[in-house]
Amino acid sequence: MVKKTHVSTTINGETAEFLCEPRQSLLEILRDTLELTGSKEGCNNGNCGACTVLMDGLPVNSCLVLAVEAEGATITTIEGIAEQAHLHPLQQCFLENAALQCGICTPGFIVAAKALLDRNPKPTEHDIRFELAGNLCRCTGYDKIVRAVQDAAAALEGKH
Amino acid sequence: MATKTSPDKKKTGKAADTTNGEPQAFKVIGTRPIRHDGVDKVTGRAIYGADVQMAGLVHGRILRSPHAHARIKAIDMSAAEKMPGVVAVVTGKDMPDLRDKMADLGEGTVNLAHLGANCLAHGKVLYKGQAVAAVAATSPHIAEEALKKIKVEYEPLPAVTWVLDAMKDDAPLLHDNVFTSEMGKLGKQPSNIAVHLHFEKGDVEKGFAEADVTIEREYKTASVHQGYIEPHVSTALWNHDCHLTIWTSTQGAFTARQQTAELLQIAISQVTVVPCEIGGGFGGKISVYLEPVAAILSRKCGRPVKMIMNRNEVFEGTGPTPGSFVRVKLGAKKDGRLVAGEAWLAYDAGAFPGGMIGPGCMCVFSCYDLPNARVDGYDVVLNKPKTAAYRAPGATQAAFACESVIDELAEKLGIDPIELRLKNAAREGTRRVDGPTYPRVGLVETLEAARNSDHWRSKLTGKNRGRGIACGYWFNIGLKSSAAANVNPDGTVTLVEGSTDIGGTRTSVAMQLAETLGIAAEDVHPQVGDTDSVGYTDVTGGSRVTFATGLAAYEVGLDIRRQMAARAAMLWECKPEEVTFADGVFRRGDKSTSFKELAGKMHQTGGAVVGRATVDPEGPSHGFGAHIADVEVDPDTGKVTVLRYTALQDAGRAIHPSYVEGQMQGGSVQGIGWALNEEYFYDDSGRMRNASYLDYRMPTAFDLPMIDTIIVEVPNPAHPYGVRGVGETPIVAPPAALAAAIYRAAGVRLRELPMAPHRVWTAKKMTNDEC
Ligand code: FES
Ligand code: FES
Repeated sequence: MVKKTHVSTTINGETAEFLCEPRQSLLEILRDTLELTGSKEGCNNGNCGACTVLMDGLPVNSCLVLAVEAEGATITTIEGIAEQAHLHPLQQCFLENAALQCGICTPGFIVAAKALLDRNPKPTEHDIRFELAGNLCRCTGYDKIVRAVQDAAAALEGKH
Repeated sequence: MATKTSPDKKKTGKAADTTNGEPQAFKVIGTRPIRHDGVDKVTGRAIYGADVQMAGLVHGRILRSPHAHARIKAIDMSAAEKMPGVVAVVTGKDMPDLRDKMADLGEGTVNLAHLGANCLAHGKVLYKGQAVAAVAATSPHIAEEALKKIKVEYEPLPAVTWVLDAMKDDAPLLHDNVFTSEMGKLGKQPSNIAVHLHFEKGDVEKGFAEADVTIEREYKTASVHQGYIEPHVSTALWNHDCHLTIWTSTQGAFTARQQTAELLQIAISQVTVVPCEIGGGFGGKISVYLEPVAAILSRKCGRPVKMIMNRNEVFEGTGPTPGSFVRVKLGAKKDGRLVAGEAWLAYDAGAFPGGMIGPGCMCVFSCYDLPNARVDGYDVVLNKPKTAAYRAPGATQAAFACESVIDELAEKLGIDPIELRLKNAAREGTRRVDGPTYPRVGLVETLEAARNSDHWRSKLTGKNRGRGIACGYWFNIGLKSSAAANVNPDGTVTLVEGSTDIGGTRTSVAMQLAETLGIAAEDVHPQVGDTDSVGYTDVTGGSRVTFATGLAAYEVGLDIRRQMAARAAMLWECKPEEVTFADGVFRRGDKSTSFKELAGKMHQTGGAVVGRATVDPEGPSHGFGAHIADVEVDPDTGKVTVLRYTALQDAGRAIHPSYVEGQMQGGSVQGIGWALNEEYFYDDSGRMRNASYLDYRMPTAFDLPMIDTIIVEVPNPAHPYGVRGVGETPIVAPPAALAAAIYRAAGVRLRELPMAPHRVWTAKKMTNDEC
């Protein structure tokens, strides 16, 4: 057995330390070690986006990040998107637009959409479709997801 | 009758409508409440199969065949067994010998030996990716390494992966115990053709003799995968009291229980299946794959075993839809009236018999009133994964052929394609070629709504652009559903139902109970029960949940109403029959009490009120749709871009319109992927070469426009609220609608799926060269 490495990170605003093998992905540690199972695994090779988390503010496929690479990083997962008692506008708009069916892709979409809106608060439909092309959904045909992101952008604009 | 429902978000129900002769004013049905399980699913809290954790859990992995066809000569597991961290290794020999045992699984019988060999091979492997052995270890990485230490000696055999090749006399034979079943008789020689179906109606030769125009064409489709984002996953605990509990991602907890019990030859009462949240199924999560394997690994090591497939295994080891060859011939009079039809369909079933040829044959002419017709269908085994249902299984391939010929007929006769369809549309009283006669159905209304739609009436301008239309049909089944509900003292109701919720059905079922009780959708708290806590319920499939489980919820509501009326009668000292109920209020003379008030007095009037129901509605509810597509074809590359898309469908009654639209949009996009891009690529040795999402390439958000929907409501006479079910029909029409649009854009008729850039480009080049 290889020796485990100690890694310290900040996850959803709290310090999180863990031991991992060099071959373990960040997704595996999040799900199996830290029990943050909201990030989903659809492919484990970067093709589906179900495992998307924010790493230092940027969206990454956590299945493609080695856990040891997370040393010192600030990570936000789907569990950290809501603000205390309130859903994030994206979460609320996903619900209101019925933008999920089975819901397995939803955490990845919400995290990726948050990264998009953080950078580009007024995205066009084209921007949304382009930026979310790395997230696969097999249930919805994307229509309601795109509308949910548009509505969330409008709601966030109203807030500022 | 038709409502354009996207993009407006109507939050209120319809004021009044008529179902089955009864005037009905709905308070809940037709509104768009937030789904009950929504918050858990947008915050990452919902527990899907892979999220199950428990003490002592070990991880199972499967060793799969590298060959498309081979005899297994020997398996040596000793090195794997000795690896530190490995706790169990199993092969097909650890499962009972099932020979030719058949089991009735509710929706038809299966050969258990075949089902078992699809979970762990016996003696022979029939496709690349078939499971051969399995390991459980303390970490998934150790299990993966241990797989490499299992030595399997194979004797490779020739393989066949195209349906027409597999039907040839000299094709490699997959099974020496499969004989062609034809008209109730079995063939004498073993064959790859498992079944030949034949349906006939009227006098086909006479019909064609009367035709002014006859068109006959051949169509091919490639295997495609359901593509659900959640891979198959199961966790099994064979406890020390011999009770087996399985937490799994399945479309049907009860069928998973039965299949597992039959395969392991144990009593169903020894097995509890707990259905977790499910990340998509589309028909592909009905057959068991991992459940029995995890169970025997757990039996061997005495610990809970969790197994998750990787994406590659999902493509190579689980059910795609059949690849197909279909020939359709249609004859019509000058005025467009169809007089005769003939279809010949060969569908691959994958490695074991029992594919989708039956529904393919029944659906090929299902949209039309054909006086004379003949259909022949063949179920063919070959060296690909055992096919599984995929949304309207078998119908899409057939519709691609039939609807494309209809489009050619319309062109040849100089009749508008909608008018031609309306002239021949199936309606009440039309008898399908396989026998059944339709009750009241909504194809005519759907086509009329298409003709009146903004989309159809708008002008499509620009070079290399074209518009197409096609119809689709799926039966929509009934089957068995159970539900039970407890009334709470605060007037809310807790509903337990047996249908796993893949797309918001907790809510569409709860809404029907709420409507029946005159309470708000939010006042019903639905949950999905495991096999020990709810009555038998068939799979979530066949577009049946909102229809049949909704019917069960309605019956539960009636049961609760009866019991509550008796409570009111007790308080008012009258007979229960004298108490009436309307709009959530019980009344007798000048006395009245709301459902909520009466619920508050439950404990003074005899204790809990528990409603229950079990239903088994007979006969299908018939879902018809029509899709309109605008495309642009890039003349340099052959790439097809969908510019605008409208899906129309008769939903009977849309309980939650957003989720009806969602089914229509999702099904349309799966159909678009199937039509334009998705395909299993096989090399000469029968190996799939694109078993990853990147290479298989399903549609992304960037590939698509918005998908407009128009819900048509022709209430189903066999449901109290008129529900027909909507899930499957939307995948049927897209390939033919897109083929018709491509023809108008590029001048070429594509008769092979997918209509990928190279095919469109080559077809265009060939026509240009001819000119
Ligand atoms: S699981 Fe990470 S991209 Fe699919
Ligand atoms: S909602 Fe099922 S994959 Fe997106």
